[in-house]
Amino acid sequence: MAAPAASATSEPMRILIIEDDREAAAYLVRALREAGHVVEHAADGAEGFHLADTRDFDVLVVDRMLPERDGLSVISGLRQKGDPTPALILSALGQVDDRVTGLRAGGDDYLTKPYAISELLARVEVLGRRRLGAKEVETVYRVGDLELDRLSHEVKRAGKTIVLQPREFRLLEYLMKNAGQVVTRTMLLENVWDYHFDPQTNVIDVHISRLRSKIEREAGPPLLHTVRGSGYIMRAGA
Amino acid sequence: MRMTAVRLSAIYLGLFAVFAAVLVFYVTATTADILHTQSRQAIADEIEDLASVYRSTGLVGLVRTIDLRSRQPGASLYLVTDATGRILAGNVQSLDAGVLDDAGFSEGAFGYERFADGSDGEGADAARGDRYHLAIAEVVALPNGMRVLVGRDQTEQERFRVIVRGALILALALMGVGALFAWFLVGRQALQRLNRMSASTARILGGDLDERLPVTGTEDEFDRLSANLNLLLGRIAQLQKGLRQVSDNIAHDLKTPLTRLRNRAETALADASEPQDARSALEGVIGEADQMIRTFDALLMISRVEAGSHPVEKAETDLAGIVADVAELYEPVAEAAGGTLSVRAEGPVIASVSRELIAQALANLVDNALKYGGTEERPPVVTVELAAEGDRCRLSVTDNGPGIPEDRRERVLERFYRLDESRNKPGSGLGLSLVKAIASIHGGTLRLDDAAPGLKVTIDLPLGTAVVPADG
Repeated sequence: MAAPAASATSEPMRILIIEDDREAAAYLVRALREAGHVVEHAADGAEGFHLADTRDFDVLVVDRMLPERDGLSVISGLRQKGDPTPALILSALGQVDDRVTGLRAGGDDYLTKPYAISELLARVEVLGRRRLGAKEVETVYRVGDLELDRLSHEVKRAGKTIVLQPREFRLLEYLMKNAGQVVTRTMLLENVWDYHFDPQTNVIDVHISRLRSKIEREAGPPLLHTVRGSGYIMRAGA
Repeated sequence: MRMTAVRLSAIYLGLFAVFAAVLVFYVTATTADILHTQSRQAIADEIEDLASVYRSTGLVGLVRTIDLRSRQPGASLYLVTDATGRILAGNVQSLDAGVLDDAGFSEGAFGYERFADGSDGEGADAARGDRYHLAIAEVVALPNGMRVLVGRDQTEQERFRVIVRGALILALALMGVGALFAWFLVGRQALQRLNRMSASTARILGGDLDERLPVTGTEDEFDRLSANLNLLLGRIAQLQKGLRQVSDNIAHDLKTPLTRLRNRAETALADASEPQDARSALEGVIGEADQMIRTFDALLMISRVEAGSHPVEKAETDLAGIVADVAELYEPVAEAAGGTLSVRAEGPVIASVSRELIAQALANLVDNALKYGGTEERPPVVTVELAAEGDRCRLSVTDNGPGIPEDRRERVLERFYRLDESRNKPGSGLGLSLVKAIASIHGGTLRLDDAAPGLKVTIDLPLGTAVVPADG
């Protein structure tokens, strides 16, 4: 299968998948391995908890409903033991309240089944990178000759100031924070607008093209790329 | 039920009997007391009288007077004895022992026998029991050791008491019989009505949802219960009909995208030799699948919101903030279509809502307005308004499109209903149903109006606890 181009460039991560559906698990394992990651699989909650507890992983992908021990209990169990490994919850329950309970149990992100594999890959990579934590403390993000100051809210391209609306600033901030990684439209809607519903029309595309018209220069190389079938990526160079 | 009826009747009857007995006891006791006082007064008067006779005519005169009075018909009791207890005069043959021992008024009644004299008209052989009576009397001791007794027969009072007791027993017995009779009539009738209701219920449970509980028209408790249950049944039948219609619609409306999906998959298979065509066909398959997932999500959400099985978490939220956010999200879309999206909202308007759901509802309305609002010649001009009034607020989205004919405004709120004119545009036909469900879970309503030209969709929401005055 064709993995998004961005995945190949990111460093490999150790990922644990806890999922009881054999077929779904096999598909996930294959997709994540093709993206260059090291993947382990556990078929029930008890085994998953044991593996997560005794071995070191960068990201956990946990199905919410599992035999032996349900996904939320696995995550809250790990959190109680002080294990901060980022966890992505997969669930067929997709309402607002389900998401809230999932995140309260200690999950870091929530993805509703059925999902696009590109969505899952993008989220896993963002979670894995978050663990490194570097971006959270940086005050200035740089991609190519584009510069964003998180404290003064100043954006410059090749030294020239660009004026952005507050939402445009947050959109660019999120894209640059995850520079080099694919972010999906849903991720943008969730993280920049804090909405978890489907806006039907591709509102995000319109916002992106507006942002693009402000930050891209005719002379300079493009920085904000569209990844077909997935989303967007901020990257210097092609 | 039978047990309850019997127990209630018994308690009722018991209470009534106790009250009746208390009343009768009170009446008899009071009457007896009055009669007793009267007798005492009469005796005291007579002793006074005899005392004056004794003072004026001495012992002989007293004995004669008493002898005379004893013989009169219906006379009081009289007795004069000497110091040894021998009877000198009077109409008393014998007394209970010890009555004469203490001077003064007798403590309670005592038994005595009257002489069987001619005035009684009874033979000497009359049974002793007939002549043995109860009486009360006062005994006066004379200085020479003689004793004078003046008394009154208590037979009348005794008879009165017997009559009252008999009446009480008779009344209680009648009451018991009456109660049994009434219970038999009323209770049995009530039970029969309940049985008829049970039978109707059984038929309804058996699947006949058109069956209704019997209503007699007396508007009593049973009728009211039956009428309410009938309303309930009507509502259930209506909901069931709606449910059946929705599942029919779902089956029908999901077949369409499934057919398209299948067609595209077949195309992909046929175009396997042309990788570019196959790829775009497969992308189409995924697109169709995604659209179906969205439809299912919307359906699930509507049914969960409607069923109220998952109460949403509400918080005090500024509606003007939501309006600004959603408008900001869609403004570039309006601009891209060459139209405008403007906001008229005075904030803050604080209400207890789910920010996510209200934003979703508003986003749906704005999305609809941008999609269907404009016409071929005119780009969409959409206005979002927020106005608070008292404890309610109105959130409305107005467009400049063709609007919706009045006779179809109710129908577009139904799941999957789409106007023929919009069938060729993307959409699931669930948007307004979802908005309606979100409005109703917040205790609000959804209304469609003619904006001449265009459509005005208004969500009327209660502001909830936020604006209730502190003393209210």
